[in-house]
Formats: sequence, C-alpha cells, structure tokens
Amino acid sequence: MGRRRSFTDVSYGLVIGGLAALALLIIVAPVVIVLMTSFTEGRSLKFPPTGFSLQWYEALFDPSKSRQIHRAVSNSLEVAAYSTAFGVLLGSLAALGLMRSRSKLARFADGLFMSPLVLPGLTFGLAALMYFTLIGFRPSLHLIIAGHMIVTVPFILRTTTASLSQLDPALLDSSQSLGASWFYTLRRVTLPLIAPGIFAGAFLAFMASIDNVPVSLFLSTARTDMLPIRMWGMMESTLDPRIAAVSGVLIAAAFLLMLIMEWTVGLTRRMRD
Amino acid sequence: MTSATAAFPETGGGRSGTFLKFAEWQLALPLALAFASIFLAPLLMLVGVSFFNDDKITELGFAQWVKFLGDPFSYKVVADTMLLGVKTMAATVLIGYPLALVYLDATPRLQKVLIFIIVMPLLLSVVVRTFAWIVVLGHEGVINQLFLSLGLISEPSRLLQTELGLVISLTQIEMPLMLLPLISVMSRLDPNMRDASAALGASRWRTLFTVIVPLSMPGLVAGCLLVFASSTTAFISQTVIGGVRLIYLPLLIWQQSLVVFNWPLAAVASLTLLVSVLSVVSALSYLGRRSSGYMHG
Repeated sequence: MGRRRSFTDVSYGLVIGGLAALALLIIVAPVVIVLMTSFTEGRSLKFPPTGFSLQWYEALFDPSKSRQIHRAVSNSLEVAAYSTAFGVLLGSLAALGLMRSRSKLARFADGLFMSPLVLPGLTFGLAALMYFTLIGFRPSLHLIIAGHMIVTVPFILRTTTASLSQLDPALLDSSQSLGASWFYTLRRVTLPLIAPGIFAGAFLAFMASIDNVPVSLFLSTARTDMLPIRMWGMMESTLDPRIAAVSGVLIAAAFLLMLIMEWTVGLTRRMRD
Repeated sequence: MTSATAAFPETGGGRSGTFLKFAEWQLALPLALAFASIFLAPLLMLVGVSFFNDDKITELGFAQWVKFLGDPFSYKVVADTMLLGVKTMAATVLIGYPLALVYLDATPRLQKVLIFIIVMPLLLSVVVRTFAWIVVLGHEGVINQLFLSLGLISEPSRLLQTELGLVISLTQIEMPLMLLPLISVMSRLDPNMRDASAALGASRWRTLFTVIVPLSMPGLVAGCLLVFASSTTAFISQTVIGGVRLIYLPLLIWQQSLVVFNWPLAAVASLTLLVSVLSVVSALSYLGRRSSGYMHG
C-alpha cells in the first residue's frame, strides 16, 4: 500500500470511480425526483416542483375519485396472495419430489419448471389468452392467478431446491432409522430446516406477481384490472398526476420492505453469499 | 404435453425402490400437471394458431408466416428490438461493472449501503421506475430544466420518444439484474489474486483486464443474459418512453392481438420474439461457458 501512486493508478481511480458514481446517480436520482414531484402544489408534474402539498395523495386515497385504482390494488394483492400460496404448495412439493432424483426425466421436469424465467413473458401471456379464450373460459381473476403461478413458481422452486441441497442427508436417514415415518420426518426435520428457503422464494414470487406486466396485460380486463396495467393506462396517453402519488406509496412500501427483510432475514447478507 | 407426466414412474428407480422413493417423485406430479395444462398446452396452441390464414382462425395455412417474414418492416422491427437489448446491455456493463468494482473495494459498512441502493429498485415496480424517467426526460423534465438554466440549450429538447432516452431509462431499470450476479461472483473471488497481481508489478488496469474480468466472466454473462432478455421484452417502458413511433416486437404483438385482433399474426410475431431472444441468450451462455472453461483448463 505504501507504493507510489502512478499515473495509471490515478487514471484507474478517476475512470472507475467516475463511472460508478454515474451508475449510483442514475439508480438513485429518478426515485428521489419522483418522490419530490409527488408533493407538488402545481397541476402538472414538472421539476422542480412548486410548493408543497398532499393534493395528489388526497386524490389517490379518495375512495370515490380513485375507485378504479383501489380495485386494481386489491385485485393485485389478491392475485399475488393466491398465486404465491399455490406456488408454495406445488413448488415445494415438486422440489421435495425432485430432490434426490438424478434421472433424465427429473432434469427435464426441473428445466421445464424453471423455463418461465427465460421465456419472454409476453409470449406466454399471449399464449395463455388464446388458450383460455379458445377453450371457452371467461376472463376472471382465477385465470390471472393461474398465469401468475406459472411465472412466479420458479423463484420458489429455486430457493427451496437450494436449501434442500444444503440439507444433511444423515439427518433424514437418522430420523428414519429411529423409526419416524416419512411424513413425520418431513414435518419435524425437513420442513423446519428448509422453511427460510421457502419463505425467501415466496417473498420473491409475491413481489414478482405484484409487478407482473406481460401476463396481466393479456389476461386482465376492465373488470379484473391489475395495478401495473392501471398505472400504464395512467401515463399512456395523458399523464394522470395521481401516478406520482401511487409511485410515492410504492417507493415507501419498497423501502419499508427492504428494512424489514434486512432485520428479519438479513437480505443484504444473503444477496452477497 | 403428456411426456412430462406419462414417463414419471421411471424416476426414483421405479417400483424396485422402497415405498419411500416411489412416493417421492409423485410429489412433483401436481406441478407437472399444472405446467402441462396451463403452460405447455397454451404454448402449443400458440404455435397452432400461428398456422391459420385468417383472423377468425378457421383456415389452416402459412399465410401469416409468409406475410410476416416477407415484409422488410418485420426485419427492421426485429433488428431494432435486438439492438435495443444490445445497447442496454452495453450501457449497463459500462457503468454497472465499475460500480461492482467499487463495491468490491468498499468497507463492509459501505457495502451494506451499496447493496441496499442496488437491491431496492428490484422491489420497486417497473412501472414506477418507468414513470420516474418520464419526469426526468419530459418536456418540462429535470434534464431539460437543468440544461436550460445552465444555458446549454435554448429550448427544451426532445428526449422522450427517442431511442437514446429509452436506452438511458432501460439502463437504470435493468441495472439490478446486471449488478446482482456480478457482485455475487465478484465477492467470491480470492482477494489474494489481486494482491499477487499488484505485487508482481501489474498496474490496476492490467489487473482488471487480466485477472478480475476473466474471473468474473460467469457473473458478467449471467447479468448480460438477464438484461438482454428483460429489456427486449420490456413492453411498458418501450411503449411509454419510446412512444408509438419507435416500434419494437412487444408493441407489435400487443397491437396485433389486442387492438387489431389478428391472433395468427400476433402468434407469429411472439414466436419470432421467443426464437430471437432465446437464440441470443443461448449464444451468450455458450460464450460464457467457453470462457469459463478456458479459465479452468
């Protein structure tokens, strides 16, 4: 470290440091700017905002003026809750089932279950719309739940499989050799040990469902409106300033979630490992 | 559709194993059934629909494929979409990689702050991140106001509905997808490698390009894959920031399916999107495997 700093080392610091600072600015600035404009007194969303008021938040929380938005929020929460619940049930069962199998078919099944992660979501969304329509289903939240389950279950499968692979097989063997049934072993040994993995996957799946655009875009209708699609509508033609307030609420929610995840499961530590 | 379920008894050694093993593979059946009925079947139907000539889906034929593949406009849209992905990928590498390097050298306390800043956008809806760029790039937006007040420009310049504006926005929107795999690979690198390189007299630039970059290749490739796949299919960002004058495949698919109701053509366009995205993604992951194979042997 006591080495004389040469020209190239200084240039390294300047270039790398400068680009990294630009990256941080690009990541953070838009979020801060949106938060600031959401408190504007003006009728439009220009920057810098004029004055301070909560008018757009008041408009957003007004139950009669913003009924559509409220319904979209409750639809999104309902779909995320159900699709995550089904995903946890089917996904963790499948992870348990494929845990010890090394056969070609098990590998194929695993690849199939993970494929929604790489497949363009729009292709699946359109396919689901055609399929459900042509076999005669009417648009409903149930179909959106089914579609979201497919695209979010890989998150649950991945984290659950990861925690299963860290499970010491000796624990399961000793539980069985001590006379515990398969189900008892599952309930008292396996599940408690993989619960953090399942929970992490469920969290990611829930967030992915809330934020899903490609499936909701094709499967939702005016009656089954979803929040991201509603928000898209709010900025597509003329900009509805309430979207700044929606964004403000979502930014606050994301910030809170980060803090909660950090305190409970040490999110940043997990991300690094 | 049945292949996923019919041959399952072969897993886990079939019936020759204990009852336990026999029961275990069955646990994957419910998900396999769900995937067969609401994932594989719709995709097969999508392929089927693309082979109909008319939008009433009554007459079989290749007319829509011929129409789509015979139109120079389609090629332009496909090329623009792929180029958008490549440009976004390049921009996220250009500023994301240095940030990952800074993260690597940072103190644990600073690392915590950086990870917080990097991960939080992931929890924030893509629509919010897209909206943020409307406020930044708009006619009365931050950049125009700033440049006007500095006297750099005399009238607001158009940033929304340009490809430049879209690439800048997507760079921020997709950045976490680049940074997370990069950081997870980089923090597993042996710090002795860099020290050894420095002790042997290599400059920091040389250490970067001969030691750190090759060793972090798997993370870099993984990040590129995710950014490419995500930015080429980012419907909302593309339509809201790019507007209707910049036409990419997702917009074309949406117009054909939900505005014009020409489902066969929409199916053709979305299969084209699928094939072109997957071929770039598999080419990238092939390159990634080759470069990491070269490293270890």
